[in-house]
Amino acid sequence: MKPPPASTDHAAAASAFLADEARAGWHDRALWLVRRKRDRAAAAVPEWETLRTLASAVKAHTLSRLDDYLLQFEAQARANGFVVHWAENADVHNALVYDLLCRHGAQRIVKSKSMLTEECGLNPYLEARGIEVVDTDLGERIVQLSGEPPSHLVMPAIHRKKEEIGALFHAQMGTPEGLSDPAALTAAARTDLRARFFRADAALTGVNFAVAETGGFVVCTNEGNADLGVHLAPLHIASMGLEKIIPKAEHLGIFLRLLARSATGQALTVYTSHFHRPAPGQAVHLVLVDNGRTAHLGREGFRDALKCIRCGACLNTCPVYRRSGGHSYGAVIPGPIGAVLMPGVDPERYASLPFASTLCGSCTDVCPVRIDLHGQLYRWRQVLGRRGRGGASKKWRMRLAGAVLSRPRLYRMAGATLRFLLRWLPRRALGPWGRHREWPDPPAERFGTWYEKQRRRS
Amino acid sequence: MSRERILKRIQRNRPPAVALPDVPAFAPPSGARRARFIAAVEEAAGAVVPLEGDVGAWVQRACPDARGVAARLDEAVPGAWRPGPDTPPEALAGLDLFLCKGTLGVAENGAVWVGEAAAGRRAALFLPEHVVLVLPCTALVDTMHEAYRRLDVRAAGFGVFIAGPSKTADIAQALVIGAHGPRRLTVLLR
Ligand code: SF4
Repeated sequence: MKPPPASTDHAAAASAFLADEARAGWHDRALWLVRRKRDRAAAAVPEWETLRTLASAVKAHTLSRLDDYLLQFEAQARANGFVVHWAENADVHNALVYDLLCRHGAQRIVKSKSMLTEECGLNPYLEARGIEVVDTDLGERIVQLSGEPPSHLVMPAIHRKKEEIGALFHAQMGTPEGLSDPAALTAAARTDLRARFFRADAALTGVNFAVAETGGFVVCTNEGNADLGVHLAPLHIASMGLEKIIPKAEHLGIFLRLLARSATGQALTVYTSHFHRPAPGQAVHLVLVDNGRTAHLGREGFRDALKCIRCGACLNTCPVYRRSGGHSYGAVIPGPIGAVLMPGVDPERYASLPFASTLCGSCTDVCPVRIDLHGQLYRWRQVLGRRGRGGASKKWRMRLAGAVLSRPRLYRMAGATLRFLLRWLPRRALGPWGRHREWPDPPAERFGTWYEKQRRRS
Repeated sequence: MSRERILKRIQRNRPPAVALPDVPAFAPPSGARRARFIAAVEEAAGAVVPLEGDVGAWVQRACPDARGVAARLDEAVPGAWRPGPDTPPEALAGLDLFLCKGTLGVAENGAVWVGEAAAGRRAALFLPEHVVLVLPCTALVDTMHEAYRRLDVRAAGFGVFIAGPSKTADIAQALVIGAHGPRRLTVLLR
């Protein structure tokens, strides 16, 4: 995988994505379709809004007692026969996983989808040490074979056309040249990966929910790839962010009713697997990973982002994400949730992300755990603006606007000037906004005059 | 140690205590539960067959071409062998058909809970081409809340909600049934 750039320029990266108009248009429409499926699924549940409130409140409670719940979980998980490890950052996590693999003599591992291991850069770390890592979620496999990061939380290869995937499979798996039928390509990947499941020495998974009371954890997939991995391999390593914890099994009811409906519009993922004991002869290791989460917990005004269950709904609905693609964020977590989490990780590098938003609030409307996403985006702008990261051109424009708007006479003069100039001004004067926009037709008279006339008439 | 440092940081940074809300009882949805369950399974690309007679006769009628057949049911299924915890996965991968008991079906999403005791071996639910879950009509509940009230997920060791056959839409958003796991999922309701 290519190393990420030193700092993300979302607007520039988005232009690159938009250069292929057909692709960009398809991407936009495909994700909007998923958003509409989500709407239908949500509307079918009368208590949907109550569930969102509950989910948010359960997470708020859990975060306020996170240490207690983690300790309870650790004790119960141990009682279940799992080995529990703690990793304060990505380096500790990766070293821990590598050490476990070495101790079990594991050379080949299969991995199901886990944004956390993406965040930790686990694949390149293990590959550099001679371990064969195979991502088994079809979308993840596609991006792994093409040497790029996922571009979406639940649809990793949404930015790829089927013809490109066909060419990739032809080159890497020997499928017939020109084959681009999704069913045929999926069948080819199934055959290829089946053999790898059987050969694997260890299986790595993420965790969707960990239950403090029962010491168990839940993994959701549609493909069944996590289960095929862990039920065939003698070693199962599950990596989870600290925030995945919930108090009791009964709370799974709330979150599972929300997760798949928000993500894809399905009522539930095909497989919702609950692990509470290792299979006979199997070792199960759980790694609890911090990697910046406890620091984020201390950021008042931003800590709610830790409630995220990674459903991807805020990406699907976001007009900016849909039209700029996941890679334009240059971050492991793209979209609105990425734009509120990543500046906490590195404010310099990800300074442009909170500005990659119209603040329309659609993300907040769909979020199943009611994270105030657009509020956080706005607040990040204040924080980053104070550090001089708002963008120079925006700054002088805002100053100018402020000066004009606070002086009535100046404002009236500016209005008259603009009404005249609008006829002649080049679109370029709008900056990037002018690239795809025309000036409006100038009104015949000023608003004040029009308003007076209306009042006299009535 | 990571553990102590993590716990200390949480204690320093965690917000003031917030109460844990109670989960209210939601009004049951309208319409027959059984009909809702069937619609939800079909929505998930699975099939529901109301079963009158015995399972063996259904297998002969519905899957006459099935070659490898295994079952873990109280009744005998002609030609089927019984997998257990020691069955090698290779034997399961060769199965056309695997039948076992489901514990509970959820009407709101068509999911059926299967614990590892019912499956015999965990992988048996994922390797065969066609998985058939036999479920009594009396084991249907409305929502996931009710499901968790009835289940002891911890005692199960391993258990899974299965909603339809394995599927993916990762290539150009085209739905393909049969990603890594079973290509067919049938619920026999009796
Ligand atoms: S922030 Fe909310 S909508 Fe976005 S991925 Fe997380 S849970 Fe889903």
